[in-house]
Amino acid sequence: MNSIWPQLPALQIVIPLLGAVLVAFLRRGSLAFLVTLAVSWLMPFISAALLWQTMTTGPISYHLGGWPPPIGIEYRIDVLGGFVLLLVSGVSAFMIPFARQSVEREIHPSKHAWFYCMYLLCFTGLLGITVTGDAFNAFVFLEISSLATYTMIALGHDRRALLAAFQYLIIGTIGATFYVIGVGFLYLITGTLNLADLATRLIPAAVENPPAVYAALAFITVGISLKLALFPLHTWLPNAYAYAPSFVTVFLSATATKVAIYLLVRYFFSVFGVAIDFRALPVTEIMIALSLAAMFIASIVAVYETNVKRMLAYSSVAQIGYITLGIGLANQAGLTGGLTHLFNHAIMKAALFLAIGAVVYRIGSCKLDDLSGIGRKMPFTMIAFAIAGFGLIGTPGTAGFISKWYLALGALDHGWWFLVALIVVSSMIAVVYVGRVLEVVWFRPTGPNLKDAKDPPFLMMMPIIAFAVATVYFGFDTRLTAGISETVAKTLIGGMR
Amino acid sequence: MKAIQTFIDHYNYFITIFLMVAGLYVVIARGNMVKKLIGLSIFQTSVYLLYIAPGKIIGGTAPIIDPAFKVYSNPLPHVLILTAIVVGVATLALGLALVVRINEAYGTIEEDEIFRQDGGK
Amino acid sequence: MSAMFSPETLVWLAVAIPLAAALLIPVFHREPNVRETVTLTAAVLLFLTVVSLLAPLLGGARPEVAGIRIATGLSLSLKVEPLGMLFALIASGLWIVNSIYSIGYMRGNDEPRQTGYYICFAVAIASTMGIAFAKNLFTLFLFYEALTISTYPLVTHKRTPEAFRSGRIYLGLLLGTSMLLFLPAIIATWAIAGTLDFTPGGILAGKTGTGVTAVLLALYAFGIGKAALMPLHFWLPAAMVAPTPVSALLHAVAVVKAGVFAILKIVVMIFGIDNLASLGQSTWLTIVAGTTVLAASLVALRQDNLKKRLAYSTVSQLSYVILGVAILAPISAVGAAMHIAAHAVSKITLFFAAGSIYTAAHKSEISELDGIGRRMPWTMGAFTIGALSMIGIPPTAGFLGKWFMLTGAMQTANWIALGVIVVSTVLNAAYFLPIVFRAFFREPPMTSRPHGEAPLPIVIALTATAAGTILLFFCSGIALQLSNLMIAR
Repeated sequence: MNSIWPQLPALQIVIPLLGAVLVAFLRRGSLAFLVTLAVSWLMPFISAALLWQTMTTGPISYHLGGWPPPIGIEYRIDVLGGFVLLLVSGVSAFMIPFARQSVEREIHPSKHAWFYCMYLLCFTGLLGITVTGDAFNAFVFLEISSLATYTMIALGHDRRALLAAFQYLIIGTIGATFYVIGVGFLYLITGTLNLADLATRLIPAAVENPPAVYAALAFITVGISLKLALFPLHTWLPNAYAYAPSFVTVFLSATATKVAIYLLVRYFFSVFGVAIDFRALPVTEIMIALSLAAMFIASIVAVYETNVKRMLAYSSVAQIGYITLGIGLANQAGLTGGLTHLFNHAIMKAALFLAIGAVVYRIGSCKLDDLSGIGRKMPFTMIAFAIAGFGLIGTPGTAGFISKWYLALGALDHGWWFLVALIVVSSMIAVVYVGRVLEVVWFRPTGPNLKDAKDPPFLMMMPIIAFAVATVYFGFDTRLTAGISETVAKTLIGGMR
Repeated sequence: MKAIQTFIDHYNYFITIFLMVAGLYVVIARGNMVKKLIGLSIFQTSVYLLYIAPGKIIGGTAPIIDPAFKVYSNPLPHVLILTAIVVGVATLALGLALVVRINEAYGTIEEDEIFRQDGGK
Repeated sequence: MSAMFSPETLVWLAVAIPLAAALLIPVFHREPNVRETVTLTAAVLLFLTVVSLLAPLLGGARPEVAGIRIATGLSLSLKVEPLGMLFALIASGLWIVNSIYSIGYMRGNDEPRQTGYYICFAVAIASTMGIAFAKNLFTLFLFYEALTISTYPLVTHKRTPEAFRSGRIYLGLLLGTSMLLFLPAIIATWAIAGTLDFTPGGILAGKTGTGVTAVLLALYAFGIGKAALMPLHFWLPAAMVAPTPVSALLHAVAVVKAGVFAILKIVVMIFGIDNLASLGQSTWLTIVAGTTVLAASLVALRQDNLKKRLAYSTVSQLSYVILGVAILAPISAVGAAMHIAAHAVSKITLFFAAGSIYTAAHKSEISELDGIGRRMPWTMGAFTIGALSMIGIPPTAGFLGKWFMLTGAMQTANWIALGVIVVSTVLNAAYFLPIVFRAFFREPPMTSRPHGEAPLPIVIALTATAAGTILLFFCSGIALQLSNLMIAR
C-alpha cells in the first residue's frame, strides 16, 4: 500500500489508458464493458484518496519519470483538482451501468468494444487535463479527449450525428489550436510550460511585454471557451448532444464541459490572476456579459425546442452561463457559487439526460410530442426527471438552489442588485422549459406509441435514481460541494494580485 | 525603411500569421468538407512554425552536449511540435474518415447541400 | 406525549409524523380502510404532539431543533414560538376534521386516485408544520415551496383540461411570485441584516431607511402569493376546480393561512412592528389590503357559484389579516393572529357545507339552494354559524379578531382601516345572509329530486367545526395568550 500511495496521480491516468488499450484488443462487447466497468469503479477511490490527501497535507506534486519541474512534466493536484477529479470519476462511476444496455440498443454490435475504448480514452483525457501541471501536456490530453469525443458522437445512429461530429471536430480543433497559440506566446516570453512556474515568471514578463501576455490571455480564453461552449461559441454543442448516443450525451454534459471550465479557472486564477492585475482588464466584465447572454438567450431557445435532448442541450449552454458568471464575478462567494454549480449541474444534467436516454431506449424517440403521458408508463424515470428538473430551476431543497444562492451572494458583494434580479428571472425561464416537458409527460393522455413503454431495466434505472437522489441530497448536505468550493475559492481569490 | 527592417527581422512571424489567417479563412469560407480540413491543417501548421522558429538560436548548434560548443538550439519546441504534428495528423485522419462516412450517408460533401437535405438544421 | 419525549424531539416529530404517514399510505394502496386509518392516526398523533408542546411554550420555553447548516447564511432549523404554535394548532386540529370529511367526500363521490390524494395531503401538512415552526426565513421559504408543489396534484385532482389550466395558474403564480419577489427579498434581508432568524422585535430595526423598507415590505407582501393580496389573488378562485376537501385545505387549513401567517411573522419578527411604525411605510399596504377587502367582497356579491363566492370571501378575509398587520398597533397584530384562527374554523365549516350540498344534492349554484335547509338542517345550520362568524357577529369566533383590529385602528387613528372594516362587514352580510335566507325561508322547487343529509362523516366534520367556531369565541384563552406572547419581547 505504501508503495502505491505516492504513485496515485500517475495511476489515475495510466489505469484508464491501459484499460482503453486492453479493451481495443478484447473485441468482445461484453468483456469490454466489464473492463470499462472495473476501471470506472476503481477511479473514484483514487480520486477520493487524492482529494483527501490534498485537503490534509496540501497540494500533491508528482514528477513524471523523476524529472523535477520545470524541466520535466509535473502532475500537480490541489484541492480544486481533486474536487474536479472526484466529480469526473464519481459521476462516470455512477453512470457507467447505464451504458451496457443503452449502447447495445443504439450502436452496432461490431463497434461495442471500440466504443468503450473511445470512452476510456476520453475519460483518460479528461482526468489528464485535471491532473497535469503542464500547459502543453494539458493540450495533449485535451486533444486525446476531443478526438475520442468526435468518434463517439459520430456513432449516433442518425446520419446527422456524423455532421455534428464533423462540425465539432472543426470547431474543437480551432479551439485547441487557439489554446496552443496562447500557450506558445507564454512560452516565448517566459521559457517555461509549467503552470506554477509560468505564474511566477510571468510577473516580470508582464511588465516587460504586456501585449504578448494579453494576446496569450485572449487566445487561451477563446480557445477554452470554445471547448466549454461559452455563449456565443456554443454552436457545436446542441447538435452534438442531440445526435450522439444517449450515453455519450450524458457523459459529455456531465464531465467534458466541466473539465474545460476547470482549465479556464486554472488559467484565470492560478496563472494570469497571480501574474497580472486581472481585475483591471475587462475580462470579468466580458465573462459576465456573455454569461448573462447565455442564461437568457439559450434558455429562451430551449423553451422553443421540441426535441427534448436538444432542449436539454440548450439548457446546458444556459447553465454553463451560471458557472462562468461565478468565474466572472471573481470574488469569494461568486466563485464558490460557480464551482458548486460545476458539480451540481453535472449531477442534475446527468439525471436528466439519463432519464431521456431511458426514454430513447424504450420508445426510440425524444420528440416532445411522442412523450405525451409517458409519466404513467415510466413513472420512476419521470419522477427522477422531475426532481432533476426542479434542481435545474433552482428550487430550494435541491442542489441547484445552493449554487444560485452563492451566485446571488457574490453579486451582492459587488452591490449589483440588478444581477440578483437577472439570476432570479433567468431561473423563471427554466421553469417554463422544464414545466413544458413535465406537463406533457405527466398530464397529457398517454399516446398510442407508448403501449410497451415501461421503466428501463434495473441496471439503467439505478443510475437515474442515484443522480435524482443526489440532486436532493446535495441540496441539504453541502460539505462536499459548497464546502470544498469555498475552500478553493478562498485560496484562488486570495492568491490573486 | 524601418518598417521594412522590422518585417525582414521578423519575417518568420509574418509567414506564421499569413498561414494562420489563410487557414482559418479556408475553414470558414469553404463549404467543401475536404477543403475545410485542408484549411484546418494549414491553420495548425502555422502553429508549428510559431513554436519552431524561436527554438533556433542564432549561432547555436544541434543540442548534443559536446565541450566544443557553447551555444545550442532549444530542443524543447521540436519535441512539443512533434507531439502537435501527431495530434494534427490524427485529427486530419479522423476528419477525413468522417467525410467518407458523410459522403456515404448523404451522397455529397458540400455543406450547403447537406443542410438542404436535413431541412435547414 | 410530553411525558415521553423532550420538547425538542416533539418539534421535529411534528414534521416527521405527517411525512411518515405519506410514506405509509401508499403501502396500503389496496386496503382503503387501513389507508384511511393511517391518515387519521397520523392526524391525531400530530395534534397531540403539537398540543403537548403548548405547556412548555406557555412556560416560557422556546424549544428548537438546531438544524443543518446548508450554506453561508442558510440553515434548516425549527423553533417553536407563539404565533407558529397558534398556526400549528389550527392546522393540525383541522387536519383531523378534514380527514374525516375527506373520507366521506371522496368515497361519497367515488373520486379516483384517492391514495395519491392522501399522500399529497400528508406532505402538504408536513410542509405546513415546517412553515409554522420555521426558525428562519430560509426554512420558511423551503417549506413554503414544498407546500405549493405538494398541493399542485391536489388542485389538479380531476385531471380535466380545466383542472390543468387552473393548476397552471396556481403553480405559475405561486412559484413565480415566490421566486421573483420573495426570494430576492430574502437575499436582500440577509445582505442587510446578516441573519435570517426570526427574532422578536425584528432584525431590520435601525438598519434600513424608509425607501428600502418600503421596497422590502412590498416584495414580501406580493412575493407571498399565498396571501392572495390583489392583484395576485386570481389563483384562488381558479383553484376552485379541486374537490371540496382540497378547497378546505387551501382556504382554511394550510395554504392561504401559510401566506398570511408568513406575512404576519415577517412583519412582527423581521421588520418589527415598532420599527415599521416609526418609519411610517405601511399606509400603502393599508390601502392595498383595504381595496382587496372591499373589491373581493363586491365580486363575491356577484357570484352565483357557491364555492366561487366562498373563494372571493376568502380573498377578502385574508386581507383583513394583512390590514390588521398594516395598522401596526400591537393590539391589531393580536387581532390579525386571532383572525387567522377564526377564519380557519369558520371558512372550513362553510366549505364543508358546500361540499356536503354537492355530495348530497349535486348542487353547486346558489340559485338552486331554495329551501335546502329543510332537507339538510345540520349542513345549513353549520353554514349559518360559519356565515355569522365571517360577518363578525358574536358569539362566533370572527367577532374577536375584528374587535381587536377595530381597537387597534382606533388607537392609531387609522380611519381608512376603520372605514374598510365597517363597510366590509355590511358587504359580508350582504353576500352571506341571502344564502341563509334562501335555504331556510324559500319553498323548495317542485322539480328537485328528494335527498337527505350528506354521509355521516361529512356531517360529523362540519358539526365539529361549527361547534369549534362558537367554542373559539367563548374559550379564546389559549389563542389570545399565544397572540399576546407573539408581540411580547
